[in-house]
Formats: sequence, structure tokens, C-alpha cells
Amino acid sequence: MQSNFSDPEIERKIYLKRITLSIIFIALLTLILVARYFDLQITNHEDFVTNSEKNRVHVRPLAPARGIIYDRNGEILAHNIPITNLSIVREHTDDLNALINKLRSLIEISDNEIDVFLDRLKRRKPYEPTPLKYDLTEKMQAILAVNEFDLDGIEISAKLKREYPEKELFAHVLGYVGRINESELENIDTPSYRGTDSIGKTGLEKFYESKLLGQVGSQNVETNARGRVMRTLGENQPTAGNDLMLTLDKEIQLTAFNEFQGRKGALVALDVKSGEILALMSSPSYDPNLFISGITQEKYSALLKSDDKPLFNRAVAGQYPPGSTIKPLFGLIALHTQHIFPNTVIKDPGYFLMEGIDRPWREPKKGGHGSSVDLNQAITESCDVFFYEIGARVGIDALSSMSQKFGLGGKTGLDLPGETNGIMPSRQWKIEKRGSAWFDGDTINMSIGQGFMLVTPIQLALMTGIIANKGRFMSPQLIKAVNSIPIKSQLLNTPFEIQDEHWKYIHNAMANVVHSSTGTAKLINKDLNYKIAGKTGTAQVISISAEEDYDKSKIDPSQWDHALFIAFAPLDDPEIAVALIVENGEFGSVTAAPIAKSVLDAYMKNRI
Amino acid sequence: MQNSDFVRILKTIERTNKGKYPFKVDFLLIIALIVLLAISMLALFSATGENIDYINRHLAFIGAGFFLMLLISQISARTIELWAFYIFGLTTILLILVIIIGIDVKGAQRWLDLIIFRLQPSELLKVSLPLALAAYLGRRATPPIAKHVFWSISLISVPSFLIIFQPDLGTGILVFATGVTTLFLAGLRRRYIAGSLFIFLLTIPLMWIFMLRDYQKQRILTLLSPEDDILGSGWNIIQSKTAIGSGGLYGKGWLNGTQSQLDFLPESHTDFIIAVLAEEFGLIGVVFTLAAYAILLSRCFFISAHAKSQFGRLFAGSFAVMIFAHIFVNLGMVSGILPIVGAPLPLISFGGNSALTLFMGFGILTSISHEPRRIRS
Repeated sequence: MQSNFSDPEIERKIYLKRITLSIIFIALLTLILVARYFDLQITNHEDFVTNSEKNRVHVRPLAPARGIIYDRNGEILAHNIPITNLSIVREHTDDLNALINKLRSLIEISDNEIDVFLDRLKRRKPYEPTPLKYDLTEKMQAILAVNEFDLDGIEISAKLKREYPEKELFAHVLGYVGRINESELENIDTPSYRGTDSIGKTGLEKFYESKLLGQVGSQNVETNARGRVMRTLGENQPTAGNDLMLTLDKEIQLTAFNEFQGRKGALVALDVKSGEILALMSSPSYDPNLFISGITQEKYSALLKSDDKPLFNRAVAGQYPPGSTIKPLFGLIALHTQHIFPNTVIKDPGYFLMEGIDRPWREPKKGGHGSSVDLNQAITESCDVFFYEIGARVGIDALSSMSQKFGLGGKTGLDLPGETNGIMPSRQWKIEKRGSAWFDGDTINMSIGQGFMLVTPIQLALMTGIIANKGRFMSPQLIKAVNSIPIKSQLLNTPFEIQDEHWKYIHNAMANVVHSSTGTAKLINKDLNYKIAGKTGTAQVISISAEEDYDKSKIDPSQWDHALFIAFAPLDDPEIAVALIVENGEFGSVTAAPIAKSVLDAYMKNRI
Repeated sequence: MQNSDFVRILKTIERTNKGKYPFKVDFLLIIALIVLLAISMLALFSATGENIDYINRHLAFIGAGFFLMLLISQISARTIELWAFYIFGLTTILLILVIIIGIDVKGAQRWLDLIIFRLQPSELLKVSLPLALAAYLGRRATPPIAKHVFWSISLISVPSFLIIFQPDLGTGILVFATGVTTLFLAGLRRRYIAGSLFIFLLTIPLMWIFMLRDYQKQRILTLLSPEDDILGSGWNIIQSKTAIGSGGLYGKGWLNGTQSQLDFLPESHTDFIIAVLAEEFGLIGVVFTLAAYAILLSRCFFISAHAKSQFGRLFAGSFAVMIFAHIFVNLGMVSGILPIVGAPLPLISFGGNSALTLFMGFGILTSISHEPRRIRS
């Protein structure tokens, strides 16, 4: 057993031995250091002197060309165009202020440009040219060329600038690139961005930043004492970023965009078989080209503050009550859970009464849809009372859990930033978010797509697609190929066990919406050489009490009902599904359905 | 603290103050310090592009440091020994605070914002850890038995890993190495040394896979061939080697270094300051600096060899080795024989936290050198 205390003398002896060893070790390491510095400073001195000779040989980064973005038919949606920039190499100018003043007397340079320049100047590498003015006109270039002898330190160089030839058409999908800002600077891998001054800010440009960026190259250049490049000694070519081919079809997108005529809303069209997104637009839009070399503060705040919210991507982030467009799904759920059968009929007196509640739920059609309404008629004519009955019979739990399988209440997993969840309410949701229990009345409200329920247009399109393809669906995607290598889409879900006759029943009912003489969307069935299955919807923006009638003239236009429409075609073998909303468009049948028809026409025309 | 302890402390203070120096200072130590600080001022002035602001700020820290050193010198070594665990505990709590409310700079959370300056608790550990270990092992059997070795290792590991995950690999490793030095000086048995070396070698591949972040791996790979990555991390090494190499034997003269003057050198006033010295004062300047360090360290070792208590010995010895470890890692990484891990050059690099910590250590050292002989019952 060792004692806790040892003899102080032995303690000291052991210590001295150890410290002597340490000192010897330290001396050895010091020798290594001295040898290393001797090696650098004496043995290889000459080499390093040549290297440092005013550091005349510089390494310059060569920025890679950003990947090009195409639509599914190879139409260019985003590319790079050469522009000429004016830059200053700080090290080569003696008096920066004098130089800037001289330049301002020659060409127009705004205060904003000066501020941005001074900001960038602080963050540059030594001898790195700092851009002062982008996109010089030919006249400016000529003026500068004539005066160049007097402008030491300036550099005029060609660079690539991002351009979106389709302007606002694809703004919400593509997003845009912009100057790298302070906070981005802290998070990026600085070497990869040497020579590049922009970064994807939103949309696909942001989501696929790492694919689009490419790899920086470098160039060894020899400069003279004034800093002018004399010759290039060696080059390591940059690698261009990956090209993206989107699933979008420019023609379909354009059709949708033109049909909206700037009204607020959104449209999504999906290829039913592959899950590919054929069109995704949010209206009104904006011109992404404004952002590329720095948008002015006024223009930016105008976009931000506009009541129409052009920067907001309604297609993936806008949340709306689905209104009657939810009816095919709820009808399907009622058939599947055997709460309703094809031969079930109910009496519709124009209102619905629930046990224990005095207040009736009313129906827009005065007097109701008749004394024997079945599911088919309820969908075709959009009968609310039938669906109140479905809500009461099926109940919230089955409606909620089944609807979630159709993509409602959750992100579709799209490769775009900013997607929102929507709301597919459940008992648990209400307790967590509203702090109260679920009432049966909540189910009744929800059964016609009102109440707590909210969907995004992309969710609505996905739901329509899943119905069209009878439960089997591929994950929606925007990218068809990266550098011509096709992207494989994945199955979104396990196919549902829903009897084929139920699917067919719903498909037929939706076809009647368009093709039956009593269908709510019969307006669009003229001159159709194929069959459309659809469903109209009208979503209340403000709640109108049961006693009151909806009177357009009394309400502010910003609170008019939203018009919705979902559709797929052709009926027998569905290929395309569309969902759209026109904010404050009032009636799905009048405002929304014709837009869907044009989009379907555009698709079918090319197919046949 | 027990009453008898308190009385004993009072008596100790009384006794030491009766000695030759009523005010305790260690002149040799101070002379070596002044030489090094003079070198630091010359290099800093040049590295910051003759910016007097940096010099003023640095001088403020040095002034505060000197004051702190003299203040701590007056406390008896015995009292410091008794406080050691509290000091260690406090600094470790600060490390935990950094995780919770630290400032995030470029992906690393290392600082606490104290308004007047940013406190880097990991720097404080470089003194508080050897202090706690010296106090712990100083009162226990020599060589330490297994149980004590185990507790010491635990004491070392907790702060080291807290630092490594900030992430600050360089400081973490240096703190860990400092603790291990204390154990070694306390007479750790050879079989433990052999065993831990073996375990260490085994963990290297694991660390590479699990602990090192991508940028840290990048730095190690860059060391092997900086030319592969001239725009990224290789930039630093190539530039600093060029600065050092072009300095030659005599250097280009003060304020004449082209590399550092033209801002080719990154971090030239902090971690890379030796490159400025080497460029402007040549190999002679480097060797002179090393000689100044040698005098400083000799004094530390002298104090440690003549310390009256095992605590004093262990702390003084570990502190000196810790300083050398910094010198070696710093000069090694700037000259391209070690990966770039971020280790300041003691007393020369710009940085308040490092300077204050070192001065505190020197204060304790002075106190140890004036410690009266202890009589053990």
C-alpha cells in the first residue's frame, strides 16, 4: 500500500529527472525549428526572393460559368451573357479618392455603386480587382480606353452576368442570383467563390447552388510594376456549373401566365405519370433580372410593400381554403370507408341540421338540389348538404388521416425553398394549436373545404394527380436532368388499397362537372375533343353569417371569394393534372375553370 | 475554508512579507518579458501597416497584464494552491457558458462578449488547468497511483473536449498537452506513458474520421501539398513561407517587408506574426527571439527546480512547457511543418486574452519563487 504522502526529497528527485528530460526534448525541438528557418531563410533564400520580388507573379481566380437552366424542351430559362466591368486594383493606385473622382467625371457612377464598391474593397484579397461599375456601355468603354494612361489601377474586364430571358415568367421557380452579402459570406466556402460575386438567393438558383456554381479555376499572370497584366504564365481552367433541365414546359407556363393577366393567384400542372411539374406559376410576378447586379432600394421596397406581394411564391407558400375542390377526395373517402354507397341518396332542403345545434348550415343554392341527391350529383352540381352529411358520417379522424395520404397538410418535398405545410386539421392539431377540443361542427365546416383547412396550390395539384392516377404517384419534381443525366423520380407513396370502382366513380363524377349539362363547369366543354375531369371551388375569404347572403357589392374587392379549379385529362388515361386559384376571383366556374382549360388545351395540342 | 486554514494563510502572508523584498517581484523574469514585448511592438507596428491603434490597444492589455501579474505575485503560493480548484471550476463554467451564450464567428463559438472586450475562456484554461492539476497531484503520492491518474485524466479531458467542440482544435490540443505535461512531471509511471502513447496512436484514425471537421482535414492535407490549393488554405502557407524565406539572414529591415506590407500575409498581426519578424529581421531576428524565449523559459525552469513545494514545482514546470508548446506549434505552422491550427505566439501575437493569461501565470510563478519552505508534519 502506498502512502498518500511521499518523501519530499524523493518527490523532488523524480521531478528534477522529469524536468531535465523535458528540457532536453525542448532543446531538440528548438533545433528542429532553427533548422527549418535556416532551410527557408538561408538554403532556399534565393527562390523565395524571386517569389516575393514585388510578388509580380499573381494567382488570379477564373470564375466558372454558372450552369444553364433549360425547360423540358431545351428552351433557355437562365444563362450567362458577357458584360464588361470596370474594376480597381487598390494596390495599383496611389490615391483612390482622386481616381474615383476622375472616373466619375468621365462616366456616370452612382453613389450606390460607390458604397457597394467601398464595402467590397474591405473584403478583397490583396491584388484582387474590385468591381466598381458593371455592364459598361460601348461608349463608356471607349471613353475609358482613351483615358486609360491617366487612370492607374483600373481594370476593364469581361465577365459573365446571369440573365433570365423569360423575365417574370419563371421568376418564382428559378429565383435569382444576387451579390453575396455579409451573412452569406460567413457561411460559404470562400475559395470556391473566389472570382464569383453572386450566389443563388431564392428559388432553384438557391436550392441547386452547389450544382450550378461550378469549380473555380486559376491563372498565373505576370504583372509589371504598375500592375498591368503582361502575360499569362499558366492556367487551370474553371469547370462550368452543371446545366439543369427542368420538367417545366415553357409553352404551358406561358399559357397559364397569359390567362392570369396579372390577377393574383397561382397554378400548378403536373404530369400524372411521372410526377414532373409541367407548370408552376405565381401571379403577379417580378423580373428577376432586376436583382442581379444589385436592385436599388426604392425598387426593392416597392416590390416588398406592394399589396399584390409579387415576390411571394403563392404556388408553394400560399395557403388557401380548398373550398369545394376538396369534394372529390372526401367523396372518395366516404365510398372507401363505406359510409356512403353509390346508391345512397339524401334529401337536400337547402340546409343541413345537426343534432343538438340550432343553427343550420346553409347551401348557396336556394331550396337545395332536390329530394334524392346521390354522390355523383353532389359532385357534379357541388351540393354542400350532401357533403355536410358525409362529414357527419365519416368523422374527422378518417377524413384527416386519409387526406394526409393525398399530400394534404404536409410539404410535397419539392426542390424549392419556402414551401409551407398548409393545414389538415385533426383532433390533436386543434388541441395543440387552438387549445380546444374538436367539435363535430368543425367537421361539418371542413367537409366543404372551409373551416380550419388550408392547402397550397402545389398540394392541391398533387391531390388531383393522385386521384387521377388512382393512388399511385411519383414525388413531384422540377428537375428532369442534370448535365443531361436524367434524374430518377421516386414513388411518393405506397399505392392505396381503394377499389377500382370507387376511383372510377369519382372520375366519372368529376367528368360530369365539365361534361354534364348540370355540371358547374359546363361552360368549358365547348369544342373539346378530349374529356376533362374537374371540380370547381369557391373559397370564402371572410366568414359570412348564415343569415346574411354573399353580396359582392358590399364587400371590399380584397375580400371577395377565391375561385379555384382542379382538373385532369384525358379522362380515360389521365396524363396531366392542374390545380389553380384566382384570388378574389369569386366563382371557380367562371374565373378559374377557363384558365385550366387553356392549360389543358396547350398540353393536349402538342400531344396529338 | 476552515478556520485553521485561514489562520495559516495569514501567517504565511505575514512571514513572506517579513523577508528581503517587501514587494515581491522577479527581475530576471521581467527583463525577459520586456525584451519579448519590445519585439512584439516592433513586429505589430509593421504587421498592422503602421497602425498605432493596434499598438495602443495591445499596450492597454499589456499594462493590465503587468498590473495583474504584480497583484497575483503578492498572494502567497499556498493561498493560490488552495484557490486552484475554484479557479479551475470557474473557468470551466465559463467554457460551458460559451456553448450557451457565446458569440459565433465564422462557425466557431469561442468568445463571451464582455462589452469592453471579448473573453476567450479557452485561453484561461491554459493556466487554470495546470494550476488545478498541480494542486491535486502536489498533495498526493509520487508517482501518482492509478486512481489519481484517472481523476487527473478526467480533469484534463473535460475542458479539452469542450474546447475541441467549439470547434477550436488547436487550443484544445494545447490545453490537453499542458495537462498531460503536468502528469508527466508529477512522475507518471513509464508503463502508463507507454500505454497512453499506444492508445493515442490507435485513436488517430478514429479522430480523423469522427472528430475532425472538413476544414481541419483540409488544413492537414494542405500541409502535405499546398500547391494543390493555392487559392484556399494553401494560400496562407505559401505566402508565409515566401515571407520567411525572402527575409534571408539579415532581413529586409524594419517596415520594409514586402510580403507583410502588401497584405499578402493573412492574419499577419496575430498567428502569423513570426513571418513578419522573419521577413524584416531575418534569421538573426528569429534566433534572437528564440534566445529571449530561452532566457524566459530558463527562469521558469529555475523557479520550478527551486520551488519549495511540489505544487510550485509542478505548476512552474508545466507552465514553461506550455509556453514552449505554443512557440513550437506557432513557428512550426507558419513555416509549414505543422498544420495551421490557430496558436498565438506567446507575448508577441496581438491578442488580449492570450497576453492576460500569460501574465497571470507569471504572477503565480513569481509568487512560487518567493514561497517559504514548508514544514510537513
